[in-house]
Amino acid sequence: MVSALATRPSAQGGESQEAGPGVGHTPAPAVAEPFDGTHQAGIATPPQAHAVFAGFDLRAGIDREAIGRLLRLLTDDARRLTAGRPALADTEPELATVPARLTVTFGFGPGLFAAAGLKSPVPALPSFKTDRLQKKWSGGNLLVQIGSDDTLTLAHALRMIVKDARAFARVRWTQRGFRRTSASGETQRNLMGQLDGTVNPTDLDRAVWISDGPDWLRGGTTLVLRRIRMKLEEWDATDRVGREFTIGRRLDSGAPLTGRNERDEPDFDQVTRIGFPVISEFAHIRRAHVEDPALRILRRPYNYDEGLSREGRSDSGLLFASYQADIERQFVPVQRRLADGDLLNEWVTPIGSAVFAIPPGCAPTGWIGDRLLA
Amino acid sequence: MVQVVPLVHRPALTPVGLPYLCDNPLPVTITVPGEKGMTMSVRRAASLCLLALALTGCGSEPIAAAPAPASPSVVATPAPAPTLSITDPWVKTTKEGMTAAFGTLVNNTDADVVVVSGASPLSPKVELHEVVDTDGKMVMRPKEGGFTIPARSSHQLQPGGDHIMLMGVTEEVKPGAQIEFTLTLKDGGTLQFTAVGKDFAGGKEDYQPGMDMGES
Repeated sequence: MVSALATRPSAQGGESQEAGPGVGHTPAPAVAEPFDGTHQAGIATPPQAHAVFAGFDLRAGIDREAIGRLLRLLTDDARRLTAGRPALADTEPELATVPARLTVTFGFGPGLFAAAGLKSPVPALPSFKTDRLQKKWSGGNLLVQIGSDDTLTLAHALRMIVKDARAFARVRWTQRGFRRTSASGETQRNLMGQLDGTVNPTDLDRAVWISDGPDWLRGGTTLVLRRIRMKLEEWDATDRVGREFTIGRRLDSGAPLTGRNERDEPDFDQVTRIGFPVISEFAHIRRAHVEDPALRILRRPYNYDEGLSREGRSDSGLLFASYQADIERQFVPVQRRLADGDLLNEWVTPIGSAVFAIPPGCAPTGWIGDRLLA
Repeated sequence: MVQVVPLVHRPALTPVGLPYLCDNPLPVTITVPGEKGMTMSVRRAASLCLLALALTGCGSEPIAAAPAPASPSVVATPAPAPTLSITDPWVKTTKEGMTAAFGTLVNNTDADVVVVSGASPLSPKVELHEVVDTDGKMVMRPKEGGFTIPARSSHQLQPGGDHIMLMGVTEEVKPGAQIEFTLTLKDGGTLQFTAVGKDFAGGKEDYQPGMDMGES
C-alpha cells in the first residue's frame, strides 16, 4: 500500500515538535511506504527502481543482547527515514525528506541465530551443479535491503544504517541493482532483454508469508539472494530464434512460444509438425515451471551492471531475490531443475548466494526481531 | 571557519564512584577531591544514588524508582500535564570519560521553563553546557543559569550547541544502550527520560571549564 506523505502526523504521538528541516514547507512530491505492519515492507511492495542489498557479519562477541540493541537502532533509523524524517542524529537531515517509496527490510542469516544462541529456521542451500559461488558475494549474518525510486535517498539511508551497524558488524558485501518499476506498465526486463517475473504468486499468504512454525516468524518469510552473472558477450552471439528457444518465450511480448500474450499459460504438451515439443524439454520456462501457485516463489529481481573491463566486457547480471515461505519446498526444487538442465545455463552463472529469515513487521513501538530477541 | 579541536579530557574526577555514594547514609554533603570548592548537594547525591541503584542494582532493598519507559521518550513529572518534555533524546557513545546527551526540550506551558541541573547514573558529574566561539575556536562551557525554554516553545540540544554534558563516565555507553536522565527545573520539578546511545563522529568541541567551577 502506498500513501502520500503530505501532512501525515508523526508516528509517535508524543512528538509535537519536528526536529528536522523541511517541516512547514510544502511537501515534496514524495511518497512514503508504511514501515510498521504485519509484514515488513519491501517484499509485497511494488519494486522500486533502485535497491541495495547489504550483507553484514556480526563482530566477535556480539551476542543476543547486542543484536537487540543493533536492531532497535536500525529499526528506528528505518522507521524515520521511510517516513521522510531524518534519522536520530542524522548529520544530513536534508537528504531524508524525499522518501520516494523508500523501504528498509531486515533479514537474519544463519550466523545471526548462532550468535544469539538460537536455532536458525533457514537452512543452508545445497550446492547446485552450476554454482560458481564466490565468498565475497555469499553468506552474511544480517541483511539490510533498501529500495527507493530515488538514488540519493537510497544512498543516504544506507549510510545511516551503516553508521549504526558499524559497531556491531562488518560489511560482507554490498550489491546494488536497478530495474524498471511497475509504473512502466510492463514486467521488468533483465539485461538479456527478457521479461523477468511474469509468473509470480498472487496469493502471498500461501506462497510467501509464513503461517506456521515458531510464533516470532509468523508473518515473515525467507529470502534467497543469488547473484547471477550474465555472459552478455556470448549472449550477443545468439540470434533471436536461439534466444527464444532457450527461454521458451518470445522476447518482444513475453508470450510463451505456444501462445500470443505474456500471461497465456504455456502449453508444454504442444509439439511441432515433426514431433518435437514447441517449448523445449530444456527451455527455461519449462524447467522453472511450478504447477501449484502456493509453491511459487516471489521473484523481485534487480539488474546489476558494475562497469566494463578494459576490453569492454561487462560485469552484469541479476540480483535474483526470491521470497518464499519455505526454501526447501519452494526454492530448492526449482533451482535443482534449472541447475540440472536449463538451456540458459550456457549464459548465466550463479556467483553469489545467501539465505535469510525475514522476520515479520513490527508494531509502531516495536522493533524488527523483537518477538525473537526481546 | 571555526576550528574544531578534539575533546580534551580534564584532570581526574575520581574517586567519587556510585557505589561509594550508595554506601553512604543519606543525607550527606560530599566534597569531590581535587575539585576545589565543588560540592554536591544533598539532594543530588540522593538522587544519584537512587538512580545508581535502579541501574546497577547495588544495595539489597527494592527501589521504588519510576519504571523506565520502553523506548527513548518522554516522561515528565509531575503528572498529569507535563511542564517539560523531550523528543528524540540520545547520548553519544563513549568508552569512558566525557560524553554528552542531546534532544529537543519542549515547554508545554505558558511560562518560561528553566532547567537548572541534570543527573544520570552514568556520571557523577552532569553539567548543562553551551558551545561558544572563543577567538575562532569552538569551546564548550557550563551555561550560566541553565537552559531556558520559552513558553510554548522548544529548545534544541545538539552537537555544536547546548547539550547535557557528562563527565567522569566510568561505564561504557554502548550504541543502543538506554541511559536514564533526570533534569531538574528551577521550580523544583523534574523531567525523567531515557536516551539511546548512538555512535556519532562529531561533537568534539574543546572543553573550557566555567569560572564557577573553581578549576585550578
